[in-house]
Amino acid sequence: MTARPRHLLDFEGWTPERLTALLDNADTMNQVLERPVKKVPALQGLTVCTAFFENSTRTRISFELAARRMSADVVSFATGNSSVSKGESLRDTIEVLTAYKVDAYIVRHAAAGAAHLVARYSGKPVINAGDGRRAHPTQALLDAYTVRQEYGSLEGKTVAIIGDIRHSRVARSNAELLPKLGAKVVLCGPATLLPADLAALPGVTLTTNPREAVRGAHAVMALRLQSERMSGGYLGSLQEYADVYQVNERLLAEAEAGAIVLHPGPMNRDLEISADTADSPRSRVLKQVENGQAVRMSVLYHLLVGRE
Amino acid sequence: MTPQPKATILTADEVRRAMTRIAHEIVERNKGAENLALIGVHTRGIPLAARLAAKLEELEGVAIPTGMLDITLYRDDLSEISHQPVIRETHVPFDLARRRVILVDDVLYTGRTVRAALDALIDLGRPEGIQLAVLVDRGHRELPIRADYVGKNLPTAKSELVKVKLLETDGLDLVELWDLNGTADQ
Repeated sequence: MTARPRHLLDFEGWTPERLTALLDNADTMNQVLERPVKKVPALQGLTVCTAFFENSTRTRISFELAARRMSADVVSFATGNSSVSKGESLRDTIEVLTAYKVDAYIVRHAAAGAAHLVARYSGKPVINAGDGRRAHPTQALLDAYTVRQEYGSLEGKTVAIIGDIRHSRVARSNAELLPKLGAKVVLCGPATLLPADLAALPGVTLTTNPREAVRGAHAVMALRLQSERMSGGYLGSLQEYADVYQVNERLLAEAEAGAIVLHPGPMNRDLEISADTADSPRSRVLKQVENGQAVRMSVLYHLLVGRE
Repeated sequence: MTPQPKATILTADEVRRAMTRIAHEIVERNKGAENLALIGVHTRGIPLAARLAAKLEELEGVAIPTGMLDITLYRDDLSEISHQPVIRETHVPFDLARRRVILVDDVLYTGRTVRAALDALIDLGRPEGIQLAVLVDRGHRELPIRADYVGKNLPTAKSELVKVKLLETDGLDLVELWDLNGTADQ
């Protein structure tokens, strides 16, 4: 296996072989989470800092639990709605935390590239928990893991991602990750929310037609539509969007039989996904949440076990 | 200098006899085979546990549940090692409560693997007791741990390596002593 990457900022430098090993180890972590004692001593003595410069509930809790399940000490730094800006103040914050002997950082920030800056300033392993519109690698990993869990492999599978692709770091990370593992990705949304440059990614196709997108798909992911996109002039109306792009049973009739439905959460029921589809046997939304913890435990193991 | 085999410690017949003797000792010590369970430690403890289970069933007519244990996440050197150990499957498909568990491994050396295995096992449940069976005890303990059942006590130097080969994993049964030429510990 090639030298392991020091960080998980995106998937650059992560080979298919290493990504597969990471997902394989997530199976073991899921087994740990089924035990009476849901904890292993693998990261005992290490301190992990969750530095969230942007609001988050589920991702932060998922990471904190994952670190604690591996016996790491966790210190949390959150600046919801703060005026922490890129550059000096972020640098100062990270340098102070590093002086407290933090061993690794989990970073969420509204600015693309912030996790890279933390990696540079701290000199410690960094996991990107979402930076602007750029990347959200652990969400993509848990999505990939959930599809793999369903079908046994990602090889030859098609994942359709429908919604606001332009502003979605989840879509970008999935478009980068899934083809590395042998899957095809179809990105679909209104033309105003579908950046043409993504078509250049290997294994990725673009379409504005949702029926075309889901045809032959083994998994269909609905992305959360943020209402502020209305004021940006990207959409005519939310109802118009829902009429065409909502993931519902009518649209899923075009997909592969037994296709599963994914959503990174939180969901706007009856906007980007119908309530009955969200609650249907096809839905793997809660399974994604469950798998998120195991995948993040595996990421921590891959980055923090072993001498550098 | 490459490591060289120095001596054959156990032939296939001797491995078989040692396992048969251990099975008899287990029955004698536990007054039968009721409520026993065998758990093999990856890698070679697993086939050894399966062999003991077959032998105990032959002797006592009782099917003994067996499981496998991976101790990677319980190692005490994870922050020190340069490589990243592959995590393998832990599978214990039975309740440990009220069972006497016999932990099975191929070589007992520093005792650190057994210490990790005890931690892993206790996280899975609360057995009535835990006993330890090993094919070879080579000495050099770093922790106060000893085996209850030993196939072969073998005094060794730290510059030596005990290589266990088993039919299920290596295509033949053989235990050899190798000379590492003073390079590294096993």
